[in-house]
Amino acid sequence: MRAFATLYEALDRTTATSAKVAALAEYFRAAPAADAAWALAFLLGRRPRRAVRAPDLRRWAAEAAGIPEWLFEESYQHVGDLAETIALLMPAVDATDEAPLAEWVERHLLPLAGQAPDAQREALREAWRRLGGSARFVFLKLITGAFRVGVSEGLVLRALAGVSGLAEEVLAHRLMGRWEPTPEFYRRLLAADTSDADRSRPYPFFLAYPLEQPPEALGARAAWVAEWKWDGIRAQLVRRAGGTWVWSRGEELLAGRFPEVEATAAFLPDGTVVDGELLPWRDGMPLPFGALQRRIGRKTLTRRVLDEVPVVLVAYDLLEHGGTDVRDWPLARRRAALEALVAALPAGAALRLSEPVAAEGWAALARERESARGRGAEGLMLKRADAPYGVGRRRGDWWKWKVDPFEVDAVLVAAQPGHGRRAGLYTDYTFAVWSGDALVTIAKAYSGLTDAEIREVDQFVRSHTLERFGPVRSVEPSLVFQLAFEGIQRSPRHKAGLAVRFPRIVRWRRDKPPHEADRLERLVALLPP
Amino acid sequence: MTLLRLTDAGLYCEAGGFHVDPWRPVDRAVVTHAHADHLARGCRHYLTSVPGAALARQRLEPGASVEPLLWGERRLVNGVQLSLHPAGHILGSAQVRVEHQGEVWVVSGDYKTEPDPTCDPWEPVRCHTFVTESTFGLPVYRWPRAHEVVAELHAWWRGNQAEGRPSLLLGYALGKAQRLLAALDPAAGPILAHGAVETMAALYRAAGVPLPATAPATMDRRDDGWRRALVLAPPGAEATPWARRFGEASVAMASGWMQVRGMRRRRGLDRGFVLSDHADWPGLLAAIAATGASRVWVTHGFTGTLVRWLRERGLEAEALATRYEGERPDDRAGADEPGPAA
Repeated sequence: MRAFATLYEALDRTTATSAKVAALAEYFRAAPAADAAWALAFLLGRRPRRAVRAPDLRRWAAEAAGIPEWLFEESYQHVGDLAETIALLMPAVDATDEAPLAEWVERHLLPLAGQAPDAQREALREAWRRLGGSARFVFLKLITGAFRVGVSEGLVLRALAGVSGLAEEVLAHRLMGRWEPTPEFYRRLLAADTSDADRSRPYPFFLAYPLEQPPEALGARAAWVAEWKWDGIRAQLVRRAGGTWVWSRGEELLAGRFPEVEATAAFLPDGTVVDGELLPWRDGMPLPFGALQRRIGRKTLTRRVLDEVPVVLVAYDLLEHGGTDVRDWPLARRRAALEALVAALPAGAALRLSEPVAAEGWAALARERESARGRGAEGLMLKRADAPYGVGRRRGDWWKWKVDPFEVDAVLVAAQPGHGRRAGLYTDYTFAVWSGDALVTIAKAYSGLTDAEIREVDQFVRSHTLERFGPVRSVEPSLVFQLAFEGIQRSPRHKAGLAVRFPRIVRWRRDKPPHEADRLERLVALLPP
Repeated sequence: MTLLRLTDAGLYCEAGGFHVDPWRPVDRAVVTHAHADHLARGCRHYLTSVPGAALARQRLEPGASVEPLLWGERRLVNGVQLSLHPAGHILGSAQVRVEHQGEVWVVSGDYKTEPDPTCDPWEPVRCHTFVTESTFGLPVYRWPRAHEVVAELHAWWRGNQAEGRPSLLLGYALGKAQRLLAALDPAAGPILAHGAVETMAALYRAAGVPLPATAPATMDRRDDGWRRALVLAPPGAEATPWARRFGEASVAMASGWMQVRGMRRRRGLDRGFVLSDHADWPGLLAAIAATGASRVWVTHGFTGTLVRWLRERGLEAEALATRYEGERPDDRAGADEPGPAA
């Protein structure tokens, strides 16, 4: 545990990628396979599920620290991180604990989930007695399911490639899909023989950057394929050896969640991998994103939900064809093969081709793009016709060209302290617009201000508080901010009767007094029919 | 009527006719220490500790009337007995003891209970009413042992030397910087100091506090020592053209706020060293208990938290809205910088 905590500290301390890679390599060189496997899982974001109820954790921590619960709460509000608060409140330990990471995870962390509260409490007290400093903090981060560290998968791969001598692509492919963090897995991961690909395994997704220049800068329109950019769940459909696997971009196996897509996959030849977007689809158009939430949210799918929210995979690309990895083929060739596959499917299949947007010339395409919202799309994707399918997020061959977001001027009405590097600062804001003479809440937003502006708003919140509700302070409605958001839909659960998607702050409208902020009617007018 | 009360100029002793740490010019000011939020310019007369007098003079307008008082020396002011006692915050920092008709009040100013070789140690003074600061009045603030922090600091310095880059260490120009300087090993490499740090260090040396010599931070970059140097500077210097010459330096800060990861990350620091000149939570509680006070007035910091804690333990506690700032998490100017005349 101590070595992993030291690695965590080293990664947390620096922003230099070279220093991060060096720290990772140093750890993986020295760590036993059992520890390395767990470390890898955690670094790649496979967080264990929170095993202990947060209220229990707080109560036991306050009790072990010998302070009343209100004081624990105030400490937490100030620190902004539950694991860190507890780590700071526990008494110091005298001896450093030398038990390895795997032992702490397998004997202490994982069993917590199945234990009765009393046993959990005892296990936690033991951990707090034995672990000190950063080891205690990291262990608590794992317990609260909030372990996060500032390394990308790319950096981890670079370090492992350095340690093992294997290519990063080989490692990336071996890390896709389902694996358990066992010493055997870790040894297989670094094994020199690379002919072992698990048959369920998807390929790393290729991702696009936003286009921040006029499309003319990309050269001839004819060199690019344009498609609608859908707002669903990016997924890979893997059909091999008579089996079907649907993977989300988060590398989650969506087994059984989209039976209509899996049923269609049975018509695909073995050795086929399709990259696409899962979308609720009816009458040639996607349903609003909220509809998909109904499918994702539930464990058992009723007939009714399946009828009301039918899902299709809109196919963008073909990654494996006839058992061969075809990611090196130019896009045009991959698409031709994909079209042939889709054309051979029976009528009513839950797999549709993502149709290219035909508009000739960039100007015509830009006009088409304006119709994206009406079609339920976020904008356009531009893909170079002669480019291979890459790995990860790279600039150059793929661009997302979204339509401009909606905007609204709203009044700051409440704030609460943020977390992480915004701990102790009021950075989580609630915004409202006018409805008659009253302000009605429409969105919460966290990002978009500069550090200097954040400090200024923090000062404002502290000196203009009207009321406190726990950590939340309502403030005098006097600051106006321009917010952007991607979508809007009706929502009976919200007081305003609507909900906006991905709200964020564009800028502080210091020039606008609060009564000039927007009215609810303007937002209502944006609602889809 | 109470012996001290809050006016719009600060804490006022009506019977004695003097203010303690006023934030506006008044006739007679008793000053706990020379940090800008406790030392207002423009008063007609100042009373301060002997070791603190030179620091106060440095920060006040030329010719200000500053009268020094020995530790524990009793002074009768309009029938009120006044004395100063070490607070352990910085050189010459004092607690103000006020006694009138058998009632004793003590104003802590800023204080810490940890030992610090650059100033006289905090001394418990029995009183009926204790006016305490609460800058770090939350139980998450418990300081690690200073010698461990100093060892970490040297390890960081050595690590930067191995990478061939200077170490820029930020700490308040008055107090923190001298405490750091006293703890640094001059054999480990050149120690450079920002002008504001060296000005105050000279006054410390003159007061008999041994501090290693520093070189001005204008050292030639081609000099061999450059990449091995540790540069001491106030937090406010980080964002100035002065700091640009240390472009590739590893930047660290020594402050109690560095205890919380979010504060360190927010400032974009490479390292944070938990070293404070204020009392931590156990320090505050121990100090309050040691005074034997039954009434506690809590100023700048986590006032509400400390008041509630004390009340739950049967003490009479009040929050006091003063303008002292102590140490603020996002301080960039540094409360030790001479502020504009109030």
